[in-house]
Amino acid sequence: MIETTMDRKILSVQGVNYKYAGSDWQLFSTSFAVSEGEIIGIIGPNGSGKSTLLKLASGVITPDSGNVFLGEKDIAKMKRRQIARILGYFPQDAVGHFDYSVQEVVAMGRFPHRSGAGFLSPHDMDVVGQCLLRAEVEQYRERHFSHLSGGERQRVLLASVLAQEPNVLLLDEPTSALDMQHQVKFFRLLTELVAEGIGVAVVTHDLNLVSFYSHRVLMLKDGKIIEEGRPGEILTQETLKDTYGEGVDIILHPTTGLPIILPGTGLEAQKAKTS
Amino acid sequence: MTGMLTRKRFVLLMAGYVLLSILVLAGAPFFGSERLGLDNVKNALLSHIPHVDADIFFHHRIPRVLLAFLVGGSLAVAGSSLQVVLRNPLAEPFILGIAGAGAVGAVIVISVPGLSIHFGPFSSVQFFSLLGCILCVGAIYWLARSPLGVSMNTILLAGVTINILCGAAILLVRYIVSPHLLVTMDRWMMGGLDVVGYRELSGLLPLLLPGLALLFLQGYALNQLAFGEKMAMGHGVNVASVQKQVFLGTGLTTAAAVSLAGPIGFVGLIIPHAVRRLSGVDHRVVLPAAFCLGGAFLTVCDLFARMVVAPTEMPVGIITAIIGGPVFLRILLKKNRNM
Repeated sequence: MIETTMDRKILSVQGVNYKYAGSDWQLFSTSFAVSEGEIIGIIGPNGSGKSTLLKLASGVITPDSGNVFLGEKDIAKMKRRQIARILGYFPQDAVGHFDYSVQEVVAMGRFPHRSGAGFLSPHDMDVVGQCLLRAEVEQYRERHFSHLSGGERQRVLLASVLAQEPNVLLLDEPTSALDMQHQVKFFRLLTELVAEGIGVAVVTHDLNLVSFYSHRVLMLKDGKIIEEGRPGEILTQETLKDTYGEGVDIILHPTTGLPIILPGTGLEAQKAKTS
Repeated sequence: MTGMLTRKRFVLLMAGYVLLSILVLAGAPFFGSERLGLDNVKNALLSHIPHVDADIFFHHRIPRVLLAFLVGGSLAVAGSSLQVVLRNPLAEPFILGIAGAGAVGAVIVISVPGLSIHFGPFSSVQFFSLLGCILCVGAIYWLARSPLGVSMNTILLAGVTINILCGAAILLVRYIVSPHLLVTMDRWMMGGLDVVGYRELSGLLPLLLPGLALLFLQGYALNQLAFGEKMAMGHGVNVASVQKQVFLGTGLTTAAAVSLAGPIGFVGLIIPHAVRRLSGVDHRVVLPAAFCLGGAFLTVCDLFARMVVAPTEMPVGIITAIIGGPVFLRILLKKNRNM
């Protein structure tokens, strides 16, 4: 994969702790950074803290201790509009109420750049138009958001986040409802975006997409980052077995040498039982 | 309606709604159970010749029409905002118990003679209904912000429960209160727009104006909240602040409406839905448009209330309930089908 310099940190999360009220689960002192030009894949089993980490990094929830910096600035001291001009956050569970059209939803991404009544300038309209094209939802611009399929909605919401013109994107399972073709297109788009200089952190359960498209991988388990490194270093039989348990096999791609993750045949486990 | 809201489109749409409001406001005072001689009204206005028709026109009908308009408009704006913040198309001040709680406050003042204090155009009725509304709005806010994640349907049911409790509290007051106050109380409870003058109208403004201002300012941000709190925060909305201002604004406007007109139901439900169908879901239009259409709607309802059973009058709350009940059921059934 493309080598990146990774020298300019856009977002850095420093030692954040978080505990949900009324629950024993917690995220333990976690740090990571997103730099210009890199895609970070965040993986881990259900309930490992991936979404919580993104919510903390985007300032949607406030850490019990620790800090999040956008460039040099502590986001706790920034206004939401200021944050949104730099950071785009794609939540996992955005459900639309009321019948907004697709272009209205994408135009909502211009909120941090407008004030008052928020009427869009010609420049804003241009940005909205470009984002509709980039996310391949231009053809639905007049349709109601609520009438689209799950995958189409995810692409519209991505366009809406892109309309913020952010420097860093935090995406929480943005491809969970996309078909394979659109998943690949989505990650290719991310590759294009990071080539333009933005940084991306993406939570996903699709380990192959992480293997092929991310520059770095964070692996979480039980509220801690347990592994961090290049896909080839992290996506090994051993670490996956430690984190997810039995049930996955890994082979290497014949030309790129990147790990490909397959459902396990179970033969290894059976052998261990019988012997 | 799927077009994007531009300044031009906004002005055109609002011009339509304002025109409708002006037509209704200008026309309504000429109708009523009493047929007025227009010449008498004209002479009184231009040549200062006193006449009973002019008295009815200027001191009874105009303030009444203005009150109907302000109350209808306020309830519709409150309903529109609550529906977005609670992400439930059935939310409105009456169904959520806010109007009921305001009514309890007002009924207590009406029935306990010592509590009824007047200072200029203001009275303790307004203060106590504000107290009731704010307590109820506070409870809903607390439920909505709960970290345990209370569902929006639970909040609606909680509102229905508050309404039942308020009903019981009012029955208790009725039971205790001396019989000669019962008639006053009953008429007020049914939602009536009679017996107001300019004095009482001006007494509404200290609650109504800040309340409406708070709500109107949230229009742009409310669009974002329709996609959930996380998405809205991601787009740069200070969600907690918007929610607080909406709940406070709703409390103020509902208290103002209830303190003079009693708990009038369903205007806050019917009008926002009508407006969204007519001119789209962008809340920069929905809120001011709901004010115009809500005002016009209640004014026309009141006109019916004054004319259908002439020479007596019917409380306007009965008419809004007759229209609103079926609308509520229709939205409820449609919502359940979509789930």
